[in-house]
Amino acid sequence: MKILYYPGCTLKTSAKNFEESAIASAKTMDIELIELTRWNCCGTVFSLTSDDLIHHVAPIRNLIRVQEMNKQGLVKGEFRLVTLCAMCYNTLKRSNLRVKENPEDLEKINNLMYLEEDYEVKVEVIHFLKLLEDMGFEKVNEKVKNPLKNLKIAPYYGCMLLRPKEVGIDDPEDPTIQEELLEKLGAEVINNPFKKVCCGSYQTVQDKNIVVDLSYSILTRAQKEGAEAITTSCPLCAFNLDNRQKEVKEKYPHFKEIPVFYFTQLMSIAFGLDKKYCRFDLNYIDPEPLIKSKGLL
Amino acid sequence: MIKKILITDENIDFLLKIEELSDQIITRCDQCGVCSGSCPLVSEMDITPSQMMRMVQLGQKEIMDSKTMWICASCYTCTVRCPRGLDPSKVAESLRQLRLRQGLDHINIKNIPKDEIEILPQIALVSAMRKFTS
Amino acid sequence: MEEEKNKRLDPQEVMERIAAASKPMVAGVEDKDVEYWVTIYIMGRAYKVPADLTILTAMEYAGYKFIRGCGCRQGFCGGCSTVYRKKGEYKLQSGMACQTRVEDGMYLVQIPFVPAEKASYDINKEEYNVSTMFKYYPELARCVSCNTCTKACPQKLEVMDYVQAAIKGDFKAVAELSFDCIQCGLCALRCPAELVQYDIAQLVRRMYGRYGSGKEPEHLLKRIKEIEEGKFNQEMDKITSLTREDLEKLYAEREREPD
Repeated sequence: MKILYYPGCTLKTSAKNFEESAIASAKTMDIELIELTRWNCCGTVFSLTSDDLIHHVAPIRNLIRVQEMNKQGLVKGEFRLVTLCAMCYNTLKRSNLRVKENPEDLEKINNLMYLEEDYEVKVEVIHFLKLLEDMGFEKVNEKVKNPLKNLKIAPYYGCMLLRPKEVGIDDPEDPTIQEELLEKLGAEVINNPFKKVCCGSYQTVQDKNIVVDLSYSILTRAQKEGAEAITTSCPLCAFNLDNRQKEVKEKYPHFKEIPVFYFTQLMSIAFGLDKKYCRFDLNYIDPEPLIKSKGLL
Repeated sequence: MIKKILITDENIDFLLKIEELSDQIITRCDQCGVCSGSCPLVSEMDITPSQMMRMVQLGQKEIMDSKTMWICASCYTCTVRCPRGLDPSKVAESLRQLRLRQGLDHINIKNIPKDEIEILPQIALVSAMRKFTS
Repeated sequence: MEEEKNKRLDPQEVMERIAAASKPMVAGVEDKDVEYWVTIYIMGRAYKVPADLTILTAMEYAGYKFIRGCGCRQGFCGGCSTVYRKKGEYKLQSGMACQTRVEDGMYLVQIPFVPAEKASYDINKEEYNVSTMFKYYPELARCVSCNTCTKACPQKLEVMDYVQAAIKGDFKAVAELSFDCIQCGLCALRCPAELVQYDIAQLVRRMYGRYGSGKEPEHLLKRIKEIEEGKFNQEMDKITSLTREDLEKLYAEREREPD
């Protein structure tokens, strides 16, 4: 199947490991992720005040591109837009809902963007995990050549995939979608009660000690439950949980480092694909020793 | 010690402004404290999310001096748990916007060390700019 | 010669000489022969001007003398940025005064200068990475994709697209899309997020040229060789040997558009 795909800025640079492993594993499942033409930064966060419209322009402009690509025949009758980045997912989906529920705001936004065609609220924003779930995780299982045996993984969700309820892909209190996927990849799934606790998000720019403490709690709890690795679906969570382990180690010297994967990297390994698609060079804590020790590389 | 608070028109105007910006009927908050208990960043805050809601209910403009809304990471945990269907994250955003729309940024871009900017992914910089600058 | 060069100049004298040199040269067309007239408003004051003039020449026709906000008069230097509205329309438009023909009911204002702080950098010491763009211009993260910059651009460049390409770390796209930028500053002036688009593009083009394009600057190398071989020595000597009076005469008699 061909489906339109919205990368988001970070997936084109420091999170290329997420994008490349996703495209490769999707291809194995006969899913062609077609990148949206002329997409722009979604704005990362959904604007929460009632009167702000300018910050919805960026997400809606992307949804107009979906309409354009259909009109140009690059896809046929495909108005779903798949995202990998959880933050992009949340922002695009919430903006979409916002204009759906407020036709007057939509009219104003369309008028501001008079150089673009009008947005007709036809697009459905969908996260890649949900796409896989809808297809059925058994289909994922069919492609597994290299089951992740003995790999103890604690999936991490963060905020944007689960909250608020109108856009969450799973139960915000006890999500299981990543667990189901990982089980089908043959991994040993560990439940981390802190899997839905915020990583600190944008506080990492100015107040990184907040992030350090949160990461420490989230990661050590996972380790206490027996996890050897974490998965995530957001480049900001990945940065806070992976790259910030440097600061965590400085503050808590007894802290033991733990690799953080994008779930698509694990899919890629389980499908037996070449490790080049995983771009492990972009992971901060090197995950290769762990995977090699399980005989998976 | 009993604290006496006199609610003037100015206080009511403040409450109405925040209610309008956040599109929340803040007077519905019954101070159950679930938001405070759920907030993952509450230990960094000077007042808790439920205290923030209370201060806004009473139109106490002193809340603008608090750092609570700047510590908020917009994680929406309070949103999904509030038993009255309120959204404290929207209230926090409204308080932030009230300050930011005066042209007073919360972070000084120039003060972010260059070696930090070099490692920060775009997603971090863009979201921080959105939340802390105008 | 040396003493003349070192003598301190009287600013008044210099101004008078410039004014004399920029006086309209040729009468051109008589008023009675002009068929079509339009009314334009220069800073709120109405003037009737011939309809086939550019904003620049129309303002000169009205008696204004440009000593700032005017340069090559050819649409290349980006000096004569103009912002205007037309009577009865709310749309704020912009263009270069030397390249835009007057229209009836134009309300004009000139922008001779746009404040912009250009970062200082040594591209030889920087990483060829998106992080370098943010390092020197962190305000790049504030772009909200509103497209105001694109609408303001007198060169019809896709400014928002190149800013977005910068955020995505796509050096090549930024370089290609921003290539014809004349740095007039209109985008930066109107940007709600207060970016200086053209400074960012300049950094990216420099880095792309240095690290990304993989091409040798063949024309530059050719020119350097020509200079070393003394190809331009004669011309240079001719100009540097002229007196101040000769130079002024050359300037006043230079080839330029008729008045």
